[in-house]
Amino acid sequence: MDRDAARLLCLRGTPVSPGLARGPLVLLDEAVRAGARGLNSAGDEAARLRTALEGARGDLQALMASIGGSEGETILAFQVGMLEDAVVTEPALVAIARGEAADTAWRAAMDAQIRGYHEAEDLYFRARASDLRDMRDRVLRHIAGESAAAIAPGSIVIATDLSPSRFLEIDWNGGGIALFEGSPNSHVAMLARARGVPMIVSLERASLLGHEEALLDTDNAVLVASPDAKTSADFRQRQQACELAKADDARYLAARALTAKGETVQVMINVADGSELEALDPAHCDGIGLVRTELLLRNLAELGDEEMQYRAYGRILKWANGKPVTFRTLDAGGDKPIAGYTIDGEGNPFLGVRGVRLSLLHPQVLTTQLRALARAAALGPLKVMVPMVANPRELDRVRALLDGAVAQLRKEGIECGFPELGMMVEVPAAALTIDLFDADFFSIGSNDLIQYITASSRDAGSLAALQDPLQPAVLRLVHEIVAHAVKHDVPVSLCGDMASDVRCIPALLGVGLRCLSVSPSALGPVKGAIARYRAGALEGAQPE
Amino acid sequence: MARVAGSALLNHEGGLHARPSIKVTQLAKRFQSAVWIGALPEGPWIDAKSVASVMAMKLSSPRPLHFAAEGPDAAAAVDALVKLVESDFAGA
Repeated sequence: MDRDAARLLCLRGTPVSPGLARGPLVLLDEAVRAGARGLNSAGDEAARLRTALEGARGDLQALMASIGGSEGETILAFQVGMLEDAVVTEPALVAIARGEAADTAWRAAMDAQIRGYHEAEDLYFRARASDLRDMRDRVLRHIAGESAAAIAPGSIVIATDLSPSRFLEIDWNGGGIALFEGSPNSHVAMLARARGVPMIVSLERASLLGHEEALLDTDNAVLVASPDAKTSADFRQRQQACELAKADDARYLAARALTAKGETVQVMINVADGSELEALDPAHCDGIGLVRTELLLRNLAELGDEEMQYRAYGRILKWANGKPVTFRTLDAGGDKPIAGYTIDGEGNPFLGVRGVRLSLLHPQVLTTQLRALARAAALGPLKVMVPMVANPRELDRVRALLDGAVAQLRKEGIECGFPELGMMVEVPAAALTIDLFDADFFSIGSNDLIQYITASSRDAGSLAALQDPLQPAVLRLVHEIVAHAVKHDVPVSLCGDMASDVRCIPALLGVGLRCLSVSPSALGPVKGAIARYRAGALEGAQPE
Repeated sequence: MARVAGSALLNHEGGLHARPSIKVTQLAKRFQSAVWIGALPEGPWIDAKSVASVMAMKLSSPRPLHFAAEGPDAAAAVDALVKLVESDFAGA
């Protein structure tokens, strides 16, 4: 056996975003790194913590300078005050003197603080727990001596789990992700599919210390660390074949989506924070069917900043170049927390205060967003979509706020448009009573709809089998929504992952959908699947 | 050294939250004296220069707030903190 083969390590996992990636191995979180760093002398560990605290303080002060006077600045000033406070840092330094590592000591000290807030009765104090968690992790990243910039583009990143905001900070170009935990339906998995970043979750636990390079192979559901020469050569060959297949899909990419019978299907794209648009050509899609504004607005300061939002929305409309863009109002909560805004420590966050429920608790935040959207509507065809609507009253309340925002803007003499107001159909209560909603358009959010129909959390990797999008329960409900919308001439689309999954295209076209909003990386494959679809609107496969 | 005490009515909406806590600690740190804050006139006394400790009091409003200080500028410290609370944290 040669030396290469002796080191090769192959770990199984569950693929959630397809592709083949090869690159330097980066072990991201401190749990993975604890052993890697080893424990230095108490003096070194204390110095390490002090340097990390300084670094984190520097980050926060730079952020404060960029934000200016606002609620966000107060939160940051609070974090800076905490970092300077001996009451917070002293227990960590004492633990280090007793022989603990800097990261373990800091985490324990912060967790003690966080518990105090987590258990508070007052919601305001409870929300501070997520600020403190943010601060804890910022210092831990400094202790680990790693920042987003330090991760080389094209790395294979290994972590226990990854937050959507962390994902967005990393340059993935050619790289991939393998998580020990994670799930197919988490938002980071959706982002990975949208960006075409290969990703595996539920990776077998094993130490990857000492391995420097890895292959991520979702065809075989494995991560191969330190591949030998033969494995590498085989992998390279498959990568080439994969490139060829991509070139085949690319033939469809630039073309209008037509079924084999010549029927037109609108194919739009889903967008997170807009940065992905730089690499895309607006001519390849029929518009943007979903902008996830909660990934664009990541902190309290941005939630309160109408100008910043107006400019960000304007940039996306400019890219779309006259094609329609649907902005979804803030869908925070669930697995997408925003420090100081979402409610921390909910027992069951996916069934908790999220989406429009949270927006209606913070009408001033929603109004700021609606004002920015109405102003941007003067720049191009813009629609507003409300997430997580369960009953007609919620949509009516948002409509009243939108009407009020437009009236106020006009009174102030500020140029604005009057955007159409539609809703996500993702709560079964809304799907089952779709005729009761006064929406200008519907967009089916299949991911949450499936999670709620099947009573299986999208975070639970082991329940993935229950979440088959092609099961009759899902297809029947989608069919009913589409049939209602078509009959009453209300535009309807589907913007969940189902639309990006080529296996689902015949079923979706079969139930009558003619507008899909997909991950940008799925544009070519989806248009290819549409081109192969032979049935017409009414003769397609009906659900059982 | 003499201990100086004073009190003011906390009438800030929502109580002693992040912004007022930060203002209290930033102001207290400008003085050399040891400065404390308390919910009751007899204490327990909390270090007014520690934002973690002040926030951890989780004080709601309206309620009286008590200050005490010991040191060369104790009287000025208590006076400044009382004024800060009375102005509803308008001052820097």
